[in-house]
Amino acid sequence: MRLLTGALLMLLGLATAWAATEPKDPRVWLQLQQDGIHDPEGPGVTVLQQPEEALKEMPPDFQGVGNQVDWVRALNQGVIQPIDNLYEATEVRRLDLDIIMPNTGEMPRVRFPHKAHTDWLDCSNCHDKIFVPKAGGNPTNMFVILAGEYCGRCHGAVSFPLTECRRCHSVAWSEPVKGGPQPLPSRVYEPVTEQVDPRLKQQGGNQ
Amino acid sequence: MTVIFIGTLATGPVWAEYADVVLNRYAESQGMRPVVFPHWFHRTRVKCKVCHSELGFEMRAGSNDVRMSDIIDGKFCGMCHNGNVAWSTEHCDRCHSGKPGLPSGIYGGNKTSGPSIW
Repeated sequence: MRLLTGALLMLLGLATAWAATEPKDPRVWLQLQQDGIHDPEGPGVTVLQQPEEALKEMPPDFQGVGNQVDWVRALNQGVIQPIDNLYEATEVRRLDLDIIMPNTGEMPRVRFPHKAHTDWLDCSNCHDKIFVPKAGGNPTNMFVILAGEYCGRCHGAVSFPLTECRRCHSVAWSEPVKGGPQPLPSRVYEPVTEQVDPRLKQQGGNQ
Repeated sequence: MTVIFIGTLATGPVWAEYADVVLNRYAESQGMRPVVFPHWFHRTRVKCKVCHSELGFEMRAGSNDVRMSDIIDGKFCGMCHNGNVAWSTEHCDRCHSGKPGLPSGIYGGNKTSGPSIW
């Protein structure tokens, strides 16, 4: 009996130790019935997929950031395979070209990756309605972006929000690069949850 | 402050999933619940370019004048929601699943508490 109790206690201890080494996923997605915009009384809501079911197993973004999913990585890794076109005749256009936007004041410069954007969007989504396709031809600033123009047309609404300053402002002034189009290869970024601003490293990283 | 508090009491707090869009230009005045369009759900299956380039959805909440007759005619949502690619328009309540009284617009975009240092 005592032996059994001992064994049970040991098992319990092992389970606790294992649970302690597994970092707990802090991300929470509300059930549709509680999200404030779905009518919990509506007959359709029980048929719909819950966000948690779709998003939990995808590469993570930080807790509370957008959909809490690294969408670009999910696409690159083939975790999701969204379709490119409905019509066969539609030309699927992609471009791999990084552009550095240098007029960022004291903030690190912005490196805009065409590849990550054209994996999702067509050229015509931005050119020429939102951006003139000419380096230096877009007098944007953070005020108009926060008001929903230029990058803010999507970022802050659908794509990762504007709280993530250094996901765009990633080119330190100590890096000797010129503004405008950059030679290949384009920069490959770490998963977003591993991107740490070097100046914060001394303070224990991003968290 | 009091106004905000009373407003919250009246409608209940909103914590929609980031980028959910409520369409209520016509729905409620026609006796239907508002439509909730979940970007997250569609993104896992369809790239942005399909709706925003091939289908002609403007990338600005409120700038798409979508009527049910258009959808039934195979325009906008009806390109896929035709019983062929996605469920047909017979399943009214799956799209018309929003809380009555909600204004049109994009939701969830102010609900972010990321790790950034401002």
